[in-house]
Amino acid sequence: MKLIDSPESKVVDPGLDETIKKLTPEKIKRVVDHVLTKENAGRLQMYIDTCVHCGLCAEACHTYLSRDKDPNFSPVAKVKNTLWELVKQKGDVSPEFIRQAARIAFTECGACRRCSMYCPFGIDIAYLIMIVRRICSLLGVVPQYLQDTTNSHAATSNQMWVHQDEWIDTLQWQEEEAGFEIPGVRIPLEKEGADVMYSVIAPEPKILAQLLGNMAMIMKVAGIDWTMPATDGWDNSNMAMYSGDFEIMGRVERLHWETAARLKVKKIVMGECGHAFRGAVYDGPKWLGWKFPPIPMVHAIEFYYDLIKSGRIKIKEKYKEPVTIQDPCNTVRGRGLGDKLRYVVNELCEDFTDVSPNQEHNYCCMAGGGTINCGPPWKKSRMISNRVKAEQLAATGAKIVITPCHNCHSGIEDIIGYYNLGMHVKFINEILVETMERPE
Amino acid sequence: MINTKNWDWGIQNKVLADIAEIKSRYQDVHEFVVSPDGEKIAAPVVLEDDTFTACVNNDQWPDTFEKLWYLRFSPGNKLTALVMSDDEWTLAVDGRVYEENYEYAWDVRFSENGESISMLYKRDNLYGVALNGKPWANGFVAIRDYCLSPDGKRTAATVQVKTLDEADVFGFFAGAWSVAVDGKVWPEKFINAWKPAFSKDGSLVAAEIRTDICEYSVAVNGKSWEKKYGSVWDPVFRPGNGSVIAAVKEGSNWFLAENGSRIWGRNYNQIWLPKLSPDGKRIAAVASPEFGKWTIAVDDRPWAKLFDDMVLAPVFSPDGKRVAAIVKENNHWSIAVDGKTWPESYDMIWDPVFSPCGKNVVAKAEKNGRYAVVLNGKNIGTNYDALWPPIFSPDGDKILLRYIADGKYYREVRPLN
Repeated sequence: MKLIDSPESKVVDPGLDETIKKLTPEKIKRVVDHVLTKENAGRLQMYIDTCVHCGLCAEACHTYLSRDKDPNFSPVAKVKNTLWELVKQKGDVSPEFIRQAARIAFTECGACRRCSMYCPFGIDIAYLIMIVRRICSLLGVVPQYLQDTTNSHAATSNQMWVHQDEWIDTLQWQEEEAGFEIPGVRIPLEKEGADVMYSVIAPEPKILAQLLGNMAMIMKVAGIDWTMPATDGWDNSNMAMYSGDFEIMGRVERLHWETAARLKVKKIVMGECGHAFRGAVYDGPKWLGWKFPPIPMVHAIEFYYDLIKSGRIKIKEKYKEPVTIQDPCNTVRGRGLGDKLRYVVNELCEDFTDVSPNQEHNYCCMAGGGTINCGPPWKKSRMISNRVKAEQLAATGAKIVITPCHNCHSGIEDIIGYYNLGMHVKFINEILVETMERPE
Repeated sequence: MINTKNWDWGIQNKVLADIAEIKSRYQDVHEFVVSPDGEKIAAPVVLEDDTFTACVNNDQWPDTFEKLWYLRFSPGNKLTALVMSDDEWTLAVDGRVYEENYEYAWDVRFSENGESISMLYKRDNLYGVALNGKPWANGFVAIRDYCLSPDGKRTAATVQVKTLDEADVFGFFAGAWSVAVDGKVWPEKFINAWKPAFSKDGSLVAAEIRTDICEYSVAVNGKSWEKKYGSVWDPVFRPGNGSVIAAVKEGSNWFLAENGSRIWGRNYNQIWLPKLSPDGKRIAAVASPEFGKWTIAVDDRPWAKLFDDMVLAPVFSPDGKRVAAIVKENNHWSIAVDGKTWPESYDMIWDPVFSPCGKNVVAKAEKNGRYAVVLNGKNIGTNYDALWPPIFSPDGDKILLRYIADGKYYREVRPLN
């Protein structure tokens, strides 16, 4: 097997460089055999038998397009240079090959599934990449910062090492802050029997606490009977899903659902995050044994849509700056919320220009799928891999990119900075509190 | 167990508080709670000067606080709340605050016998458990799951035993977590430790542990089972003999193991929350015999009735002969007893409660925003604006109802017949 020589292959990451030193041929073979035959046999074989190697998936991938159609960055090549070799060699590969496979699977694919739409057979190519990630995870070869995020999930049930007291204290602080804006605003903690449990991802209490205060104001104005847990189980995010540690993924998701059941809520409304939706609604429940989420789960896009459509929230004055949208893969391509997202944005904003391509055909942010969690060593590679996103956003002439997803939010911010686009990024939540009618 | 013998079980229906009047008295009134014996109803209230206190029936605590939340009655009917004054937190019990203050305090719990009250705290950037107002002698850099012994004399928690630098994945996998019992940490370190649980006599502590990337087991007083698994859930002690039962995963199959040996022969798609009958002879657990289907398995025999949505923890009758659980299907909740589902479904339902003889099962249920008491699958009485879970009298002939109707709080003892 010839290893690919590229600038990316020289990026230093102890999560890859140090961990492959401990690998033995026997261990690699054992893990590959286990994952290929015990965890994935049927579906994997069907995809292998079905793929005709046509390469039509290439044009779907932002990394391929952004790197001047370098064939090594086409989805089919990413699979060929990782999983196909593992299958062909029956796991008889070198530690250096595992490093390459980890680099490709973790840092050059956002698992956005756009390529599946271009595959004549609809093969879920991201699933094949996830098999590679699973193998790498069981071998302990995972980019350092992504592994650290998974470790945080394992130890704390949230992705940013947030202590329990920090979580509650932040909610109480944000309740106070929101109360200065709208008197009587509360963040009701541990309210058993409320209609809604609102769950978020850990960056909100850690670095974007104002989003929690904003939601408290939205809930107050809309008259929602809601609560938030004062225990672990509040974080709906799941980077273990993307690092390939499905046991930790399942543990995190179980706690999230059991927390909702403990609080006796009728549904969970979740904040503006895409991968968390995938983890909580699809991958997590399935690993645990549920066909569907055991309690209804509503993404923020749909929640805002319902509040505005039903008149529970009225818009006082629309946002004036020109805006555009980033479609999160897991809620738009994965759930079909693109029209509702556009309804909400048109109701809130005076000057909306859509991106092209849009909705389920929109390009990936190149931050989701765990790629941004791979951390600083891989940032430049991520930026080079999404030139098309920068060109697409610039073409709208917008000043604000609305991103109802935390990974999209951070990823688009990076792209704006790297390509000097002169734009800013906002969550819907931020524009909604600015534009909604408030009680006198 | 709550001792209910000394409660007032005379048949009567009395009004104890005018809720509408209480609400009119304060700037804001938060969620109401009621005492187990039903004699008191309380809520955190906000005064005109934005300070907090607790209102109990028609009185209020004499002291006020910058913040007050997590108002809860103990099984022994003591009213507790987390309170903040001068930016420091502590616990108030029936209006009197503990002497010890903390940078932060949270997660108040009560022992089964109602005698002890514990909480987590942070002080000088170290974390620990305070039991009846006394903090652990040792603090830790992080704390997570914790529990009290049934007699309320001991506490145990999962703790981080060494500081890790940012993104120190190697230090993490070398083992940074363990279990501390009464503040004294086990010498063994693990990658992770979760869900500590005490034996009935408080002498043993078991916890889920992780010993490699995908290697899990159970540790008892620090010593790991020899057998390792692909995952593990919910270790629990068998009453009487000190052995530990847990749900474990081997390959793609889940089953129950006791002290590291398989005790249930059937393979499940998923299984968790094993519970033991009071005499320790029977085991029930939430189980998924096939993908997407859930039920209760008792002694390795799943109920014939399977549910699509969700099944919550099994509850044994006091004599151990019957098992009930909350079940959910088509987004409606109900109760199933010994595999038979109650005829009606509800928007929400609370834990099933067995009568002392095990013959009757009662639960609080919600439909269309109103609450009702459901006995053996049939609504009894009217619907209420608010309701707390019903409680059987010691002889099982009467039932205590605690509810709000027409703006008033009622305590009612009703004969079952």
